[in-house]
Formats: sequence, C-alpha cells, structure tokens
Amino acid sequence: MSQANAATKPKGPLIYRQSIWTRVTHWVWAICLFFLLLTGLQIFNAHPALYIGQQSGFEFENSVFKIGAVNTDAGPRGQTTVLGQNFDSTALGLGMSGNAERPVYTGFPGGVTIPSYRDLGTGRVVHFFFGWIFVATIFVWFVASFINGHIRRDIVPRPSDIAGVPKDVVDHATLRFKHGRTYGPLQKLAYFGVFFVLFPLIVATGLTMSPGMNSIAPWLLDLFGGRQTARTIHFIVMLLLVAFFVIHILMVFAAGPINELRSMITGWYRASPGTPSSEGDKP
Amino acid sequence: MSRLITRRNFLRTSAVAGSGLILAGCDQFDFLADKSGPARQIMERANVLTYSVQRAVIGEQTLAREYAASEIRQGMRPNGSVDPTTPEYLALKEANFAGYKLTIKGLVDREVSFSLAELRNMPERTQITRHDCVEGWSCIAKWTGTPLGPLLDMAGVKSTARYCVYHCFDNIQRTLSGDILYYTSSDLIDAYHPQSILSYGLNDEVLPVSNGAPIRLRIERALGYKQPKYLHTIELVDDLTPFGKGRGGYWEDTGYDWYGGI
Repeated sequence: MSQANAATKPKGPLIYRQSIWTRVTHWVWAICLFFLLLTGLQIFNAHPALYIGQQSGFEFENSVFKIGAVNTDAGPRGQTTVLGQNFDSTALGLGMSGNAERPVYTGFPGGVTIPSYRDLGTGRVVHFFFGWIFVATIFVWFVASFINGHIRRDIVPRPSDIAGVPKDVVDHATLRFKHGRTYGPLQKLAYFGVFFVLFPLIVATGLTMSPGMNSIAPWLLDLFGGRQTARTIHFIVMLLLVAFFVIHILMVFAAGPINELRSMITGWYRASPGTPSSEGDKP
Repeated sequence: MSRLITRRNFLRTSAVAGSGLILAGCDQFDFLADKSGPARQIMERANVLTYSVQRAVIGEQTLAREYAASEIRQGMRPNGSVDPTTPEYLALKEANFAGYKLTIKGLVDREVSFSLAELRNMPERTQITRHDCVEGWSCIAKWTGTPLGPLLDMAGVKSTARYCVYHCFDNIQRTLSGDILYYTSSDLIDAYHPQSILSYGLNDEVLPVSNGAPIRLRIERALGYKQPKYLHTIELVDDLTPFGKGRGGYWEDTGYDWYGGI
C-alpha cells in the first residue's frame, strides 16, 4: 500500500469511545493481573497439585493436576500429570527448569514467578496487595459503567449481537475488522465473559480458600464443592484469563495497534469509513 | 498482496510482543522480597487491611466449619517439625510427657501451670475440622482437647494484654549459632474462640509426636502455621517486637503474614 493511496483513502470519524473510567480501570487491571498471575504461580509452586473436594488426597487419589519431577533412565525429567495422564514437561520448564548443571525443580519456572526463586511469603504479600486493588477496581468499574451506560451499550450482548456472531467469526478469521461506535458481537461476548463470569469467579474462589472467610461464608465451600475444588477453579479461571489476554493482544495488533492503544489512552478512536458521524465526533 | 504483508507484519509484531512478555517475569521484582524495602512495607499494609476487614465482618465467635466423621479419609498429614530434638523435649518424650507442664504467664494476674493429666480432665471439646496449610493443601481430621479460653480466665488476663505468644519445644531450624525454636502468636479473639482448643487427641488416638505431642493448639479459622505444635508456654503480651525478629512468629519472621486467616 503506497503513501498516495493511503492519503486518498476515506477516513471514518474520530469518535470519543472510552470514558476515563474505562481507561483508568483498564490499566490498573493490566498491572494487577500481571502481578496476580506471577505471584499466583509462585503460590501454586508451594504445593504444585490441584484436587477436587474439601481436602487434598495424600492417602487417596483426588488430584486432577500435578507438576513434579521424576527420575528416568535419561536422568531427572519434569513431569506434568493432567487427569491421570503423565506428560514430559521438561521442554516447557514445568517441573524442571534451569540449565543441565544446575537444574531447578519447581512447578512453574522462575521466569514466570515473582520472586524468581521460591518465596511463598513474598508471593502472598504481593498477591493480596494487588488482589485488594483488583477487587476495588472491579467495584469502581461496575458502578461507573452502570451509570455511564458502558455495560448496557457495550458489554451485555443483545439478541442482534447473538445473531451477528457467525458473520463476526468469519470477519475475525479473515482479519477484516469493522471499527464501529460500539463493540462487535464477539467483543461483547468476550468482555461479558470476563466481567460477569471470570472476574467474579476468580475473586469468589480466592475468598473460598480463606479459612477466615469460610467461617462467615461457609456456603462458598458448598457452592464450589470444597476448598480444594475452589483452588482448582481459581487456577482454571487464571488459564482462561491468560487465554483472553493472549487473544486480546493479538486482536489489538490485528485491528490496528496505534488506533486501539490511542483509544485506551486518550479515549479517541478512528472508526471505519462509512461510520455515521454523530455529535462530538472529530473529523 | 497487501493482505499477505499485513499478515506477515501481524505475526512478526505478535512474536515480538510475546517474547517481551516472557522476559518480563524474570527477577526484576525480586526486590519485593526485601522486608525492609519501602515497596514491601507498603504492600504489607494489605495484610493489615485483610485482618481488619475480616475482624470487622466475621463475628468473634463464628465457628469454622465442622465436618462429618465420614470426611476423615486419611491420617493427619504432618508438616514442619515432626520430631523435635531439643534435650528438653527428648527427656519429656522419654517419660511419656509425665513431667509436661503448660504454663500461662506474662500479663496475667497469676501465673498458672497445668500438667497433661489436669488438661485431660478439663471440659473436653471434639471437632472435625479442615486443616489448611499455607502451601495450599488441606486435610480433615478430628481434634480433641480443652478450650483455651477458660484457662486464660483462670490466669486472669490483664486488660493491657493484646496478644498471646505461643512458645514451643521444637527446633524448627538449626543454625550455626544454635537452634531456632518455633513460636507464633494470635490476638485474644482467636485465643478465646470456642474452637481454640489445646488438643491432646487426634482421630480418636493420643496426639502423636509428628502432629505436636503432647499439646497442639488449634486456631481453626487460620492457616496451619497458626496451629503451634509442641506447645509449652502461653505468654500474654502487649507487644510482639521483643520475640524472634519481631514479626510475631517463626514463619512470620520469614515473611508470612501474621494474621494467617487468608
């Protein structure tokens, strides 16, 4: 595409798309989730196994996921067990990482934990610090987004959005993006899932692991099927949030990183050509 | 043609962004482990917030969940010290704890001591509870013992007392300059909680050495490191700084939060 072509190409209006509340909470969450993830993996490493039920089976089997190291004919190897199936996970750094002379036997490797070495106490301090900010930010976002209409306008999918999903899937698969005034069907579904399912779920399962909270809200234990199941769900939701993050970043690059980033910093977003103008738009 | 280039650029930028994220973890944030650092000091305020909020929303007497006998599916997993080697403890163990005394001292009207036989003859409470280790695992077991609250009343806790410090026999860590003995502490709410029992029985047997014989205190609304094993002295104080490194317990001194309710 040449410069001349770009200059003659019609431009859509510049619209004020993201309110200050959306932008600030977005970046606070980005920082929180970064620290929560890496300290969460540190905490997981203290006992790198997940179970179903109230307790952890040491004399019976109720584990669904485990990272460890095993001795083989070829020397020690990292081993990950998912639903009873063993996988050699040395290449991923799970169970065993570091170099050949100085192997490190931890669940997740030091490159993805804070601190980079085993330090459960620090991991917990940092996790709970950002956990509080994360929860407070969710509260602020829900109140602000309910009042300013962001939830109604952009997040909760409407029947027309559901009907538009197949076409939107095709558009995404072919990297053809429409930059409209509100979000597309898949965007709405993704954000709805994050705000109304994943965020509440990861907070509630986190609280279910607190013995203090268990005394005041034992129904949380029943809701999730036990403290260890809650821990497993907490982990699975983490994986889903990481998956969301990866797709989120890919979509930002695919849809035009400058425009997307600008809208999340300044609020102003360049819509696709042909988007009807409305009051308050800039050319 | 232009579509192809766009895709290639797209993949290249994605790869660069992805590798940046992997590098981000590493060791840039190891400074947060420095307990005297300003960032760490600020972050530890979150632990105080957790403690205050839980104390505000959870009733002082609210019980930890108790389970049915059918939920006891395994022995109680021993962790931390499992066989103390201090001469004092070995001598007591040799005599089947006949000479054992539990002492309550400090900010009390009168220092009191109880033998194991006296503790066993006091009102008994049995509870099947879930033990949650800070590491992440849980284990359900049946604990039998006498509630701590009435014993504290016998000693007469002074109004200035704010914490109980629990002193233990076990040398949790051995260093060149000598053994480090386990200790932890709680506020008076946890000490007086109806499920806070001085346990001498586990799963209908005498509490074994690996689980803290002869006496282990249960504080059921907190994590495992707040359940001191091999307990011998309870000291009522108004300040935790004179003990150990001043953070209220052995694990607390290494960086665990003092409250331990989350």
